[in-house]
Amino acid sequence: MMTPEQNFMRKIEAEEKIEPKDWMPEAYRQNLIRQISQHAHSEVIGMQPEGNWITRAPSLRRKAVLLSKVQDEGGHGLYLYSATETLGVKRADLIAAMQSGEAKYASIFNYPTQTWADIGAIGWLVDGAAIVNQVSLQRTSYGPYSRAMIRICKEESFHQRQGYELMIALAHGSPAQKAMAQDALNRFYWPALMMFGPHDAESAHSAKSMTWKIKRETNDDLRQKFIDQTVPQIEFLGLEHPDKDLKWNAERGHYDSGEIDWQEFYNVINGNGHCNRQRVEHHIRAHEEGAWVRDAMTAYNAKQQAKTTEQRQAA
Amino acid sequence: MATDNLELYEVFVRARRGLDHKHVGSLHAQDAEQALEYARDCYTRRSEGVSIWVVRSRDICASQEDDSESFYDPSDDKPYRHATYYQLPEAVNNM
Repeated sequence: MMTPEQNFMRKIEAEEKIEPKDWMPEAYRQNLIRQISQHAHSEVIGMQPEGNWITRAPSLRRKAVLLSKVQDEGGHGLYLYSATETLGVKRADLIAAMQSGEAKYASIFNYPTQTWADIGAIGWLVDGAAIVNQVSLQRTSYGPYSRAMIRICKEESFHQRQGYELMIALAHGSPAQKAMAQDALNRFYWPALMMFGPHDAESAHSAKSMTWKIKRETNDDLRQKFIDQTVPQIEFLGLEHPDKDLKWNAERGHYDSGEIDWQEFYNVINGNGHCNRQRVEHHIRAHEEGAWVRDAMTAYNAKQQAKTTEQRQAA
Repeated sequence: MATDNLELYEVFVRARRGLDHKHVGSLHAQDAEQALEYARDCYTRRSEGVSIWVVRSRDICASQEDDSESFYDPSDDKPYRHATYYQLPEAVNNM
């Protein structure tokens, strides 16, 4: 006779998915709640830096594209919050944890979008890095998370392609436009690499997450994939690579790269990025301004229920 | 058999862990518990599934196909939501 824990590990080892009503170790559940809700918060907070440029997009076409992309991010947040809720937590509590700073979101969104080229760099590099991670997570062991990732990856390709198309237009444009593209690349390249998290040796949650197959590839392996795939893309744009130590390593079959400024990484995670305060304040404000809608829905439901009870008593 | 006073249930079956539950058909039953047993006997006689959902048919709120033109109209004129809308040169087209 197998114990619940043995049965759980048997499923994991057999590449079977864990579904909401299955027995699971409490730490597995908590680990998933942390990771999926953090992912959801990132999608929603990520709407802000891009939303900043919707009213200033240089053409109606670019504006419609950007609006659609930001709308997608809201949708992705919804898929992920719903997946988290299958673990028995309330969405209101998840949001409260993000607003209080107890729960994190991807620190890349604490960087400001200073120019229009940043919108291109975000689609290309930030969504590009997210895709590398999310493709891997399609094989995560938790069923609802895996299915949300599959749906998100399907939609995400448009995000990266519109960003890169925008970068082509700028990089192949006037000298001023090209300089703007280079500047955006310089500012977003390193933070995009940081999105994969600390080196494997320093990663707090990695080992257990790999055993439980919540994560399928390590931070450094995923980062390497992104570094390799981005090199020809930078070359095609005719821009300078921001990493001066980048060098092809024939033996490894990968690019060797310069070291990330980890002090900056931890600084931003710990709340000292350019926009940390602004992002959370904005989220709280939007949430509070929408409170009357939620209150009205609750009041309406209470009235409807009272009416039904009354009818039932009269009958 | 008189089914008039029995509830109609829609049956969804998950073929394998990791997949979505998929609609397979409907049946009449006295209550949810009985519907589950009937669904097992009707729809999963050959190990077609690892999990079954039954939902009262009258609890399903469905869009009408006749209205689909106006219902889906808002997304019909947004081809830029598709990845294929963006033409990239061959050298970088693998994103």
